[in-house]
Amino acid sequence: MTRKLGYVQAFNEAVRQEMAANPDVFCAGEDIGAFGGVFQSYAGLQAEFGEDRVVDTPISEQAIIGLGVGAAVTGLRPIVDIMFMDFICVAFDQIVNQAAKLKYMFGGSATIPLTITTGGGGGLSAAAQHSQSLEALLCHIPGLIVVHPSNPYDMKGLMTSCIRENNPTIMIKHKRLLGMQGEVPEEPYAIPLGKANVLREGTDVTVVSWGKMVNDALDVANSLESEGISVEVIDPRTLQPLDTATIVESVRKTNRVVVVHEAVKFGGLGAEVAAQIQEKAFDYLDAPVARVGAPFSPVPFSPVLEQHYLPSPDDITAAIRGVVARPGV
Amino acid sequence: MELSKDALMDMHRRMVRIRLFEEAAGKLAESARLPGFLHLYVGQEAVAAGVCATLSDDDQITSTHRGHGHLVAKGGQFNQMMAELMGKATGYCKGKGGSMHISNLDVGMLGANGIVGAGTPIAVGAGFANKYKKNGNISAAFFGDGSTNIGAFHEAANMACALRLPVLFICENNEYGEFTPRDKTMAITDIVDRAAGYGMPGVIVDGMDVVAVHEAAVEAAARARRGDGPSMIEAKTYRFYNHHGVQNLGLKYRTDTEVEQWKERDPIFTFEDRLIEAGTATRSDFDDIWAELRADIDTAIQFAEDSPLPDPDQILVDVYSATPSPDLTGAAS
Repeated sequence: MTRKLGYVQAFNEAVRQEMAANPDVFCAGEDIGAFGGVFQSYAGLQAEFGEDRVVDTPISEQAIIGLGVGAAVTGLRPIVDIMFMDFICVAFDQIVNQAAKLKYMFGGSATIPLTITTGGGGGLSAAAQHSQSLEALLCHIPGLIVVHPSNPYDMKGLMTSCIRENNPTIMIKHKRLLGMQGEVPEEPYAIPLGKANVLREGTDVTVVSWGKMVNDALDVANSLESEGISVEVIDPRTLQPLDTATIVESVRKTNRVVVVHEAVKFGGLGAEVAAQIQEKAFDYLDAPVARVGAPFSPVPFSPVLEQHYLPSPDDITAAIRGVVARPGV
Repeated sequence: MELSKDALMDMHRRMVRIRLFEEAAGKLAESARLPGFLHLYVGQEAVAAGVCATLSDDDQITSTHRGHGHLVAKGGQFNQMMAELMGKATGYCKGKGGSMHISNLDVGMLGANGIVGAGTPIAVGAGFANKYKKNGNISAAFFGDGSTNIGAFHEAANMACALRLPVLFICENNEYGEFTPRDKTMAITDIVDRAAGYGMPGVIVDGMDVVAVHEAAVEAAARARRGDGPSMIEAKTYRFYNHHGVQNLGLKYRTDTEVEQWKERDPIFTFEDRLIEAGTATRSDFDDIWAELRADIDTAIQFAEDSPLPDPDQILVDVYSATPSPDLTGAAS
């Protein structure tokens, strides 16, 4: 049975259902207990499952991830929360050098079924240390899985998969999607990790985007339809491993592509998408791969600055028009 | 505490196994038969042996970059260890970890660690799992004096105390963080002073005396298993060799006299003298043990040298676990 549910409630429901199904699942993080987490992602879970399974931790990001790594390698299935994505930097050793590498360094003997959850993205005037989109840093690390849902349905299904996954996963919630409503089945379901979703079919240009931005890209695609520009929109949903096959297949059809993300453009994941496309579909391209991303600055505070900083629907529209305007080969 | 002859001889054996493994590894490194870095545990044997003698295979430890001794003491086998140091496919980590990441989960050894201080939060996680599962097991974090200056240590110690987890914090204070003496990097003399700041008891023991280490570990383990939370043990010890490699004398940052003074307190030889004096064992008993274990080392070196190197196609294997989800290795291509 399906009903409307918010993005953050979909997250919460996935955690609740997996905790009910598997006693090895527990949650730990800052303020997630009685308070339910700063985004209310964990609301009600401590009341339902008790303090042993929903654990308030000290403000100690390294130890929070370490707690998860140690508990995962000894047989539990931890969900550990890093309040804001910016704070992963505080815990980067435990994420990059420990969680991601233990299995490999130990010759395969370790299994790390760890889920790290965090809130990313800007738009709330939270400024430079509470607004970043750092997915490219994480996607660069072999051993990690990086997931970034763009809607409530995907959130529940992807979070369920993350919890069931036997590798370290990082679930990025976008802060400006927390209240987004959508159809979500009541029963548990899993969306395979590493599978892109073609959100909208089109024939003239492919837009690859994720998180909050893919919603903006969809709006742009719908408005350009009336101008006779047919836009295909692909949401990879999982950023590592990236479903390049679906992207390349689309580009071979449309011959034009725009990659849109909220992170800074330089060294962003869009650069990898563009490189994959030129390696696998160069002969199909009628225009250079276009990228839309943030300028190379920290996220500014003042609303007027931040609004200018974040990629806008107008930026996406301009990029699409740019690649479509190029004469075909 | 009255220890049985078996218990005493067991700890002796653990120490000799460590010593022989390390001396052999040092010789192999000198003749360039081991790739990579080598951080020898010689001199500190009493700490790993005294603590691990009170742990079972189901209890876990985390280790440091100086980790061979911890794995030997926890029950690691020479063959797979030597093969790992040589980067062979038959090593505990199939040649992917080497000296600094050597591990064996079957005996609860959750890895040497190339990042100073990083093992301690992982031991706290293992302690959490033990408490969560109510299995009566405990974990022990081995760490050096230098690592108590890094944030991970403080976060882990505080969290273990806040959550009252069954974790032993075993500080091996060998007086040097790499090549810098302790008194240049902290304003306290005793690391254990830090324990009170987290709300856990702490004791100082002579880290060259395996019985002293063991007695403190037994008490701390009992406390943890009772559900009374973590404890810290600071073992005052010394590494006979350089931070890495096999040089021991003529180093710029410590005097030869100091090294010689500590070597007079060799944890194995002084223990043997005490056991002989007490009538627990004879010199000839010890000679037999050394000879037996030397033969095991020779076998291990032969095993490692005869073992195959990893196949290059193994590079992408074990980056990820096999998983319920499909296509997870697609990105690696």
